This record gives sequence, C-alpha cells and structure tokens, in this order.
Amino acid sequence: MSKILALERVSCRFGGLMALSEVDLAVRPGEVLGLIGPNGAGKTTLVNVITGVYRPSSGRVVFDGRRIDGLKTYQIARLGIARTYQIVQPFPDMTVLENVMAPAVFGPHACGMAEARRKALEALEFVGLGAHAHMRASELTLAGRKRLELAKGLAMDPKVLLLDEVNAGLNPAEIDVALELIRRIAERGVTIIIIEHLMKVVMTLCHRIAVLHHGAKIAEGTAAEIGRDPRVIEAYLGHRYARAQGAEVPRG
Amino acid sequence: MKRIALTAAGIAVLAALPVLGDNYLLRLGTMFGMYAVLALSWNIIGGFAGYPSFATAAFFGLGAYTGALLQNAGVPMPLAWAAACLAAALFAAVLGIAILHLKGHYFAIASLVVGEVLLEIATSWTDLTGGGTGLNLPIIRISVDAQARLFFWSMLTLGVLTLALTWAVASSRLGFGLQCIRQNEDAAAMVGINTTLYKVIAFTLSALFVGGAGAMYASWVFYIEPPDVFHVLTSVKPIVMALLGGAGTVFGPVLGAAVFLVTEELVWRNFLDIHAAVLGLIIVVLIFFLPRGILGLVRGRPAPPEGAAPLAMGREAQ
Repeated sequence: MSKILALERVSCRFGGLMALSEVDLAVRPGEVLGLIGPNGAGKTTLVNVITGVYRPSSGRVVFDGRRIDGLKTYQIARLGIARTYQIVQPFPDMTVLENVMAPAVFGPHACGMAEARRKALEALEFVGLGAHAHMRASELTLAGRKRLELAKGLAMDPKVLLLDEVNAGLNPAEIDVALELIRRIAERGVTIIIIEHLMKVVMTLCHRIAVLHHGAKIAEGTAAEIGRDPRVIEAYLGHRYARAQGAEVPRG
Repeated sequence: MKRIALTAAGIAVLAALPVLGDNYLLRLGTMFGMYAVLALSWNIIGGFAGYPSFATAAFFGLGAYTGALLQNAGVPMPLAWAAACLAAALFAAVLGIAILHLKGHYFAIASLVVGEVLLEIATSWTDLTGGGTGLNLPIIRISVDAQARLFFWSMLTLGVLTLALTWAVASSRLGFGLQCIRQNEDAAAMVGINTTLYKVIAFTLSALFVGGAGAMYASWVFYIEPPDVFHVLTSVKPIVMALLGGAGTVFGPVLGAAVFLVTEELVWRNFLDIHAAVLGLIIVVLIFFLPRGILGLVRGRPAPPEGAAPLAMGREAQ
C-alpha cells in the first residue's frame, strides 16, 4: 500500500498527560480520511504533531517517503502540508485577497506577488469568496472566515490538506456548501484528513475513518465498520449503552 | 511615481535648509534627521513585525562608542560611521537570535534590559571607554557653520537611506512576511514563512542605521558619556514618534518624528521646569485620540478599489 503520510507509533506527552499514545495511521494518496473522537481525544494534537507545532515524544511521522517529525512548521508547510484551524486564524488587518496571497507567496510553490495574486483570486473564486476579495478578513462572517481558511489551504497547492473542524459553528445550509467544496477539493486529487464531529460530514465524505479516544487510536475502517465497532460505541455513549446494544465489551 | 516625486521634492527642500543660514534651524534639522532614522528603524521591527523593541538606545550607544573609539584610533570619520552601522547590525543579529522567540511584554523587557547592561559595561570598562568620565572625539578643524552644515547633511542622508530601506522592506516579500507575523505568527509559520529568520532580519535592519546615527551624534557633539548615549528615552522616543505618525506605514515615522520634534521644542521653550510632564501628557493624549497615528486619520481604512493595491501592503504602501 502506498502511503503519502504515515504516523508510526507516535506519542505526544505533556507532563503527565499522554495526549497521543502510540498512534499508527497511514493515509493513501488521494484519500479522504476522517478523524473522529470525543472532545479531548487528541485530534487537534495529532494535527499539531503532523504540522510540526508539537514534536512527538516518540515515534515517527513520514511524509512522501521523508521523515518530517522534528522539522519546523514552515518547513513542513513548504513540503506541501496545509491545514485549517478549528479556531480560524486569519491575518485580521489584511484583505481577504492578501490573506490568500500569503500561502501562495511563501508556500511550497513560492512565487512572486503578481503570480500569487492570480493564484489567490483563483482559490477565492473556488471557495466562493471572489466577491469579497477586497474586504478586510476580520469583517467576514464566521462561514466566510471558514471558507477563507480553506482558500488559504488551497492557495498553497498542497499534497495533503488537514481540515480541523471546518464545519463547526456553521448552519446546515452552510455545511452543505462546505461539504460540496471539500468534495471538489478531493476530486482535484488532494489528500484530505478531516477532523469532524458532524457524522453527516464524515459519513458522506470519508473513504476511511479513524477513531481516537484518550489519545489512542481505538478503531479504523469504513463508515459502516466504525458504526458497528463496540469500542467506538462505548467511547461515545458509555459501556452500559454499548452492552445494552449487545456488544461484547469488557467491564471497566 | 507621484509619491516618489513628492518625497524627492520634500528632501530637496529640506536639504536646502542651510540657505536660511540659521544654525538653530540647522540643529533642529539635524535632530529631525536623527529622530527620523530612529523612528523609521524602530518601525521595521516594531511596526512591520509587531515586536515592541526597547533596544534602540542599546544600538545607538553601541554605535556611538564604536564610532568614537575608531575615530580616536585614527579611522576617518565616514569609515567610523559605516563601521558603527555594521557593529550595531551584527550585535542585533546575535541579540535577535537570543531574544526574538519571546513575545509581547517579555520581548519588550528583554530588549529594554540590553541597553541597561551596555550602559553598565560602558561605565565600568574604564580602560576602553573612559567610564563615567566619558570620551572626547577629535575636533574637526572647519568653521562652526561648516560643521553645522556637514552634520545636518550627513544626518539627512542617513535619514533618506533609512527611508529607502523602509520602502524596500515594505514592498518586498520580507515586508509582506513581517506583516503576516505581526497579525498572526502561528498562521504565518503555517503558510510557510520562516518566522525566526524574518524576525532576525527585521531586528538587524532596525539596528543598522541606528548604529550609524549614534556614531554621527558622537562626532557631532564631540563628547559622549554612557548615561547620555544609552539613555532609556532614546528607546522610548522613537516608539512614540512611530505610533504618533502611524506605525507599520512607510511615511508615518517621518511625520511622527517631525511632529514630536516640534512639540518637544515648543514645550521646552514654554514649560522649562515641567517640560517632561507636559510632554508626557501631550503624548498620552495624542496616542489616546490617534490610536492609528496621524496617517490613520488621513487614510481611514477604505477597502482598496478593484485592481488597485499592487501589493499586499494595502494600508501601508498606498
């Protein structure tokens, strides 16, 4: 199996807290992988480990055949890994266009200002923000800022895109728009890891789903497999519910 | 294009100041040049990158002593000035690597301490610096008027160089990257900006001409002592000027330097005994009512029209 991104026994410890413990994860090129788990399961930590914000306490992260744990965030970005933030992170005083120019100028395919402008406009058109290009980023609505995050990710022309709850806080209509966008990004051949609480999003978009709980990966598979997995049911609904469903769950 | 022509015209008019022949005006002009250098330089790290540096006095004093010592060793004055620029820049690069990972108040305090440490060193290292007795510089054997003109034009030239540097930074990838860092450093790293490198470059550039200004000042006044050239006000004034004119803009610091100088001079004359208090009050009021500086008043924050803004400097380079 060819992998574009692989985590090998990755642990991340903060003092006495094991935020990630021995997580193995392999992502195939062009795949859409869902990453789910209850609050505090370590999903965002995992994204931070991949993007070099945190250094894993042990284990390896391999991207495109190259070990990337220990590299700086900007180096990993330049290799072709883009991310969006759960809490949006625009450059607030810049225009929407300038925001999207930044990843084009400094990202993996670094280019001059004029070229960056063209790429940025294209990315903005793609996410439907073309009309707002000259607005200040801080003036956008939340849905707009989420789409801005997506456009920033796209303007890097990444190989892997990490989407950290891009749909949180959006209303159902906005979610449908975002879903369609992500689907179209995936069709371009971009590998996507999507962190999500909304099952609708995960179930419709993802080829495969991995479940984190207390920092450990407890299940991995297709949506149907995950839905039946007793450990997943237990993690979300408690073991009494899981037992009531007839699943075989060890006590405690 | 129009802006460049206007700037050039303004510089030309200023450079013709000696025609008026008044040495008091020339002294003010020289001070203006010096203030402009300090404010523009601070603006590169404080305005563009958003790192509130209080290290200006350290760079200034270091430049003053480097220039003075070299001149006393027989190095020609212009070479001593150039060496002072390089010494300050090199010092800033090393210092930057050490303290630029600190943010906000922590960075401000660390940078403030540097000047105090250099002050102590200059005071204690009597063999080299003369300690508290200070250092005399070689007298220049030309007329007083000629001296006034020489230092006025020199300081003005340094100011123009600093303005050119500011413009070059603002219109380059470096300036764009610094803006990103100021607004959101984590996101800046995530789009591929080597934030550490960019900050160190900005800090180094912000020291370069301050060192030269220190050396020029030393040559100008013929005598320096540690409390004079490492004075904490040398760190504070440029910040006030830049904020007053408009931090993060190209011309704001120049404007701020002019307004500050005039205010300072008027207050000195009219409130000799309580000038510091009055000046302080004026600064507080100005900054309170002009949070984005004088340029911010003129400009507001209009969205740039379609097809405008050749560059990411939306607010800055218009």
